Amino acid sequence: MTKLTQIILRSALGSMLLAGGAALLCNPAFAQSAEKGREAFARNGCWQCHGYQGQGGAAGLKLAPDPKPLVYFEAFIRNSNGPMPPYSEKILPKQDLADIHAYLSSIAKTPDYKTIPLLNQ
Amino acid sequence: MSPKDESPKANRRQFLGGVIAAGAATASAITPRISNAADAPAAGEHNHAEHERAPAALPPNGQTIAAETMAPPPLPRLGGRAGSDFMVDVIKTLGIKYLPANCASSFRAIHESLINYGGNTMPEYVSCMHEESAAGMAHGYFKATGKPLITLCHGTVGLMHATMGVYNAFCDHVPMIIMGGNDADAATRPPGVPTIHSAQDINAIVREFTKWDDTPTSLQHFAQSFVRGYKIAMTPPYGPVAISLDAGLQQEPIKPHHAGEALYIPKYVPTSPPQGDSGAVKEAARILVDANNPVIVADRAARTPAAIGLLVELAELLQARVVDLGNRMNFPNTHYLTSPPGVTNAADAILGLEMTDFWATINAYTDNGQHGIGENNRKARPDVRLISIGAATVPTRANYQQFQRFQYVDVDMAADAEATLPALIEAVKSALNSARKDAIVKRGEAARKAYAEYMARTRQEAALAWDASPISTARLCMETYAQIKHMDWSLVASEGNVSNWPQRLWAMEKHHHSLGRSGGYGVGYGAPASVGGALGNRDLGRFSVSIQSDGDLMFAPGVLWTAAKHKIPLLSVMHNNRAYHQEVMHVQRLANFRDRPSNNGGDSGPIGTSIMNPDIEYHELAKSMGWWAKGPIKDPAQLAPALKEAIEVVKSGHPALLNVWTQPR
Ligand code: HEC
Repeated sequence: MTKLTQIILRSALGSMLLAGGAALLCNPAFAQSAEKGREAFARNGCWQCHGYQGQGGAAGLKLAPDPKPLVYFEAFIRNSNGPMPPYSEKILPKQDLADIHAYLSSIAKTPDYKTIPLLNQ
Repeated sequence: MSPKDESPKANRRQFLGGVIAAGAATASAITPRISNAADAPAAGEHNHAEHERAPAALPPNGQTIAAETMAPPPLPRLGGRAGSDFMVDVIKTLGIKYLPANCASSFRAIHESLINYGGNTMPEYVSCMHEESAAGMAHGYFKATGKPLITLCHGTVGLMHATMGVYNAFCDHVPMIIMGGNDADAATRPPGVPTIHSAQDINAIVREFTKWDDTPTSLQHFAQSFVRGYKIAMTPPYGPVAISLDAGLQQEPIKPHHAGEALYIPKYVPTSPPQGDSGAVKEAARILVDANNPVIVADRAARTPAAIGLLVELAELLQARVVDLGNRMNFPNTHYLTSPPGVTNAADAILGLEMTDFWATINAYTDNGQHGIGENNRKARPDVRLISIGAATVPTRANYQQFQRFQYVDVDMAADAEATLPALIEAVKSALNSARKDAIVKRGEAARKAYAEYMARTRQEAALAWDASPISTARLCMETYAQIKHMDWSLVASEGNVSNWPQRLWAMEKHHHSLGRSGGYGVGYGAPASVGGALGNRDLGRFSVSIQSDGDLMFAPGVLWTAAKHKIPLLSVMHNNRAYHQEVMHVQRLANFRDRPSNNGGDSGPIGTSIMNPDIEYHELAKSMGWWAKGPIKDPAQLAPALKEAIEVVKSGHPALLNVWTQPR
């Protein structure tokens, strides 16, 4: 993450929290669906850089398992000024964003690599 | 063709018109003095004994065989032995094993000489279906063997096809000799298509990305240009050269050279590579020894396998961490000094070896749409001292911008890194003093710890989405590695971006373990370069594997047929993410910057970037061209058994392809 991104994020996070931006977390209008989130993750192109399971790789960071909290998630996606292009609410509605977070939260924990023989060659 | 003598020209034209002409040239004019070794050493190898080898060591040429078997003299229609026979004599002195090419009328004469007079050996003709495939094969072959190949092109349209491959070779510092047929004489060349396919200067189209080119106008000129071209191509920095072959010169009978002397073939003596000036080497050593955190960045440093040992020695002397940028296998990734690129950010001295883009090691460009273009930020320390050793750091061409942004460095040597390393090692040894030794040992201990952590982190990252379908790129690569690691394997190409898993997790210790990338990022490199690399490896007894991406294969898939036709064993494991994926991300990025949803037109990526609906059945495509193939494989559990089957096929001497559906990166 670039320095600039961090600064913007910090201020974005601050203002979101102050203005009750965390409402996304508890507002029943944004009940989250992992199933819909999987579809939204594909439709909105998140898979392109993060992989279909949010595993990350050469083009994007790992998002799952254990995604960062929704409040961070939203601030980052809306305001990214680094290598990730930002998604405004116009192209990624709040509902999609919440569902995507639910989808990423539903992804099972990764096994310890030591239990996978091919990763111990 | 030679403007000085009209009669052979008349013979050629009459020949073309089917009229028998009276021949005039005599056999006495055609005895070439051959002085080059059959197996020419690479530049830098001092192999004088080879050069002094008597011509008798060469396989008998067509002329000798004819004399020994009392074959009848040439048909009078030609008027003597063909000029292209002499060209073949010249080519044979340089020990060039193969000639991948797509056939064409403008070089029919030398084609005929190669296969009938030259016996189709040294070089052996390899049938290609696209000139870009031929150039790509020569590219991959050189990186596997260290020996250059020739390719023949139809002068205009064929060379146009070849250009992308030639550009890759130029950017990747790979030598090859491109010979383009052309019929220069507007008054006598056949009308119609051959004239449309002629040009005043066929080499113009590749001049900006070849090291040198020529248009010989006599056979003696050809002999000089061919040996000179070979020498230029093989002098570091290596690169492609182009020679135009006039159709007339090829077809006309051999005649005495204009001064009446017999034709001769100049001797090839390798040029020793440029080495760093002793003052600059000393200064570099001082900076490295004084640094608290020196880092070595190697791009195309290992021109030959010998450089790997030298780099290990230098790195260990300094306990300096090494970043291998992967364009060659420069440094064993099993060595604890191997490091990810980010280590340069904290370095107080960076030694860049054969760097294409030193700027990008010091700075970062972020494609964030800032002011419509993106943002530049320095990532290295402001006080970092920079040393560069690279034979190609001073550009010799202006148009194409492969030389990247200008980066100021403190010590800059326009010298071959591999040739300079021995002197640098000696200079570092003499600059080292006991006061620095403790710090250096401590640095080594820290590097060991960092390496262990880095490897554990990398393996844990590889475990992510391990059971996913489509198959994760980490799983694809590690399943493949498990099946080949017991052999003398060679990753001949890995195009399409699999998040660098082979470079991160396959134990790469030998130069041929990875042949690197394309150089020019010209799309369509992987398929032909892997076939060319596999051809070289076949003769050296190595097992070739390629990670083949979908878009790359479809630029010129005919090279699959070439591999089957010439029995080139190659395991091609597809990274089929069903898209031109780099462009998928580019268009998405722009849509976001412009705040509008991307129109995917029913595909999964923006319109124009997906390769789906319908999906290409690559396994069927490969089968239709004589490969063993299987797919589409979407379940990771099916990979290992399919790989086992494919490897048995490859071991039997044939190519095999697995069409695997994968995650995007
Ligand atoms: C064009 C590539 C691209 C696309 C498309 C993309 N991302 Fe990203 N994403 C990135 C990159 C690169 C980063 C790392 C950014 C950085 O370091 O500043 C990132 C970072 C993130 C992060 C921060 C992760 C962290 O640990 O800090 C989140 C969250 C995220 N992306 C979510 C998404 C979601 C959700 C979508 C789809 C709506 C998406 N991204 C689409 C490339 C992309």
